[in-house]
Amino acid sequence: MSDVVTVIKPKKHLAIDWKELKAFRELFFYFAWRDVKVRYKQTAIGASWAIFQPFITMIVFTLFFNRVAGIETGSAAVPYAIFSFIGLLFWNYFSNALNRSANSLVDNQSVVTKVYFPRLIPPVSSTIVSLIDFCFALLVYIGLMIYFQIVPTPLGLLLFLPAVALTFVAATGPGLFLAALNVKYRDVKQILPFIIQTGLFLTPVIYPVAAVPSQYQWILYLNPMTGVINAMRSSMLGLGSINWALTAVSVVSALVMFVLGLYYFKTKEREFADII
Amino acid sequence: MSQPAIEVKNLSKVYNINHEQKAAAGTHTLRDTLLNAVKKPLSVVIGGKLDQEKFWALKDINLEVNKGDVIGLIGRNGSGKSTLLKVLSRIVDPTEGEVFMRGKVASLLEVGTGFHPELTGRENIFFNGAILGMSQREIRAKFDEIVEFSEVEKFLDTPVKFYSSGMYVRLAFSVAAHLDPDILIVDEVLAVGDAAFQKKCLGKIKDVAGSGRTVLFVSHNMSTVQSLCNKVALLEKGVIKAIGETGAVIDLYSSAVVASGPIISKNDPSRIGKILSLGINSENKRNGMSEDLQFELTYQINEEITNAIITCDFYSVDGVPIMATTDVDSSLRDYHGTRKPGIYLSTVKIPPHTFTDKTFYVVGTIQVPGRDAIDSTGEFYFEVAPDNGFKRSEVVPGSHFGYMAALIPWETEKLK
Repeated sequence: MSDVVTVIKPKKHLAIDWKELKAFRELFFYFAWRDVKVRYKQTAIGASWAIFQPFITMIVFTLFFNRVAGIETGSAAVPYAIFSFIGLLFWNYFSNALNRSANSLVDNQSVVTKVYFPRLIPPVSSTIVSLIDFCFALLVYIGLMIYFQIVPTPLGLLLFLPAVALTFVAATGPGLFLAALNVKYRDVKQILPFIIQTGLFLTPVIYPVAAVPSQYQWILYLNPMTGVINAMRSSMLGLGSINWALTAVSVVSALVMFVLGLYYFKTKEREFADII
Repeated sequence: MSQPAIEVKNLSKVYNINHEQKAAAGTHTLRDTLLNAVKKPLSVVIGGKLDQEKFWALKDINLEVNKGDVIGLIGRNGSGKSTLLKVLSRIVDPTEGEVFMRGKVASLLEVGTGFHPELTGRENIFFNGAILGMSQREIRAKFDEIVEFSEVEKFLDTPVKFYSSGMYVRLAFSVAAHLDPDILIVDEVLAVGDAAFQKKCLGKIKDVAGSGRTVLFVSHNMSTVQSLCNKVALLEKGVIKAIGETGAVIDLYSSAVVASGPIISKNDPSRIGKILSLGINSENKRNGMSEDLQFELTYQINEEITNAIITCDFYSVDGVPIMATTDVDSSLRDYHGTRKPGIYLSTVKIPPHTFTDKTFYVVGTIQVPGRDAIDSTGEFYFEVAPDNGFKRSEVVPGSHFGYMAALIPWETEKLK
């Protein structure tokens, strides 16, 4: 007999068991792997969808918001297509990750009630799945950069990974909160598309931050995605400059939401199997 | 010297039952909470305990299982077996008490946990193995063995949604069978698949038990428990009623269920009619094999009905359906006749020598075919005792084979 001793007693403390998460690390991958596999089964063009979707959205946005509604990027050197695409690139990652992780526990209901594993795994692995779509869309973005002959600044390359990481943190916090809430209140599933749709307009994806009067911009920056998208537009496309103070607001906001989401998740975690 | 493999100390689990909202499966909506908050602002502040009743699914469970023991967990539905398994599997948190498990634990509460219909057999082996706690290396090492055991090699790259239910179950059990834990916790997953495969599964569990590992096994099937377990614990209403040698505890269980009071209608009264009582012509619900068994069903009809059928379904104590008898088997007179509002008594006489000396239960139902049952009773347990009217009882000791005991004439002549 191995020396492992499992002690089961009412959970009181909320600390994250890193040792256990490490022991279950393969499961993060397996959940993500399964979701990716299932996602494009019985589709004719498979993963190409991950490329088409943002590409077509970009065309629609350019057509309607730029040509019809007349929204400008703020610089003649930067076409609206790539301006909106970089916004979509990060916004789609954020919204897909949020959507998937908020539904992850309910979608895995049958597993949650039958097997033990750290409950953090499904919501977090959902954000990994969305990262794969992000990578496909990134290919399109690189193609657009080449097509429009835009060279990113060194700062842009330097900030790229932190921007992805911040998006991950920004999506995971609310994702954990909503996933836990969804276990008890299925209303979350109903309200989520609405939140995401509204979020698109509260985030400077189709318009530049400069379109908002400067004394109110800090409100926009409470949304972490504003900081991410603006920093990327500035450093990758050379549009305007990065307002570091306001970007810091976005970073702090993302971190606060992450901690709150994680805290709520951990307090509710022990009753998931009872009420899901 | 060695400490017990499983040690359960003063374990309790409480569920809060909401009376206010009969929300199915415990799913609440925000609206309910908001509404409650408006109606009873205090209750939300205090924690909404006002309309909740506490239900002790498990109460002060103490259990020690030694290394190498195969312990069976038996008890009626709702006795807390499943809750105990879920606590031991760490799926739900206990309310009080603690458990120590010494060794690597694997728990199988169902076959094919996490199986995804769109994934192929091969893919499902990997995901299922991972979720049951196998590392990727372990799965790769045992992959061929798993496939061979499952007998589905040919369809390994077909999505399991195209599998027959038998193939599905075989594949799922095969993954589970190769887990290799020190402690194995199994729920009635064996009651699946065809007879041959069931035998194979039982064999596998026996192997696990034989190799010095600890098995905790929950089942309704007494014969399986009998053949597998060296120790049995009987749960009743969340408490361990008895624990000890297999045969003795199973006997206790059988007589305990018979002693439980007559069960009248457990459903909400229906508009059309309601069963009032179900009775048997025996004081202690224990008749000899050679006596007849007479069941009396009284029921009240509130609205005029035609085409109603009164049914008695018989089951063995472990839930195997044995037979059904209805009031329209020998005559359709009552079926076509109209039952006016009033109180009725239907009597059914089961002839002597129908059942073997075992424990059974019967469920009485009134229904109109093709529609929901008007009303049905709960499980009414009774026992059939061996007696000398059934001559085999004189020469063959112990419980007779199977469930039915028709007196069938035999003739034998010498041919050479």
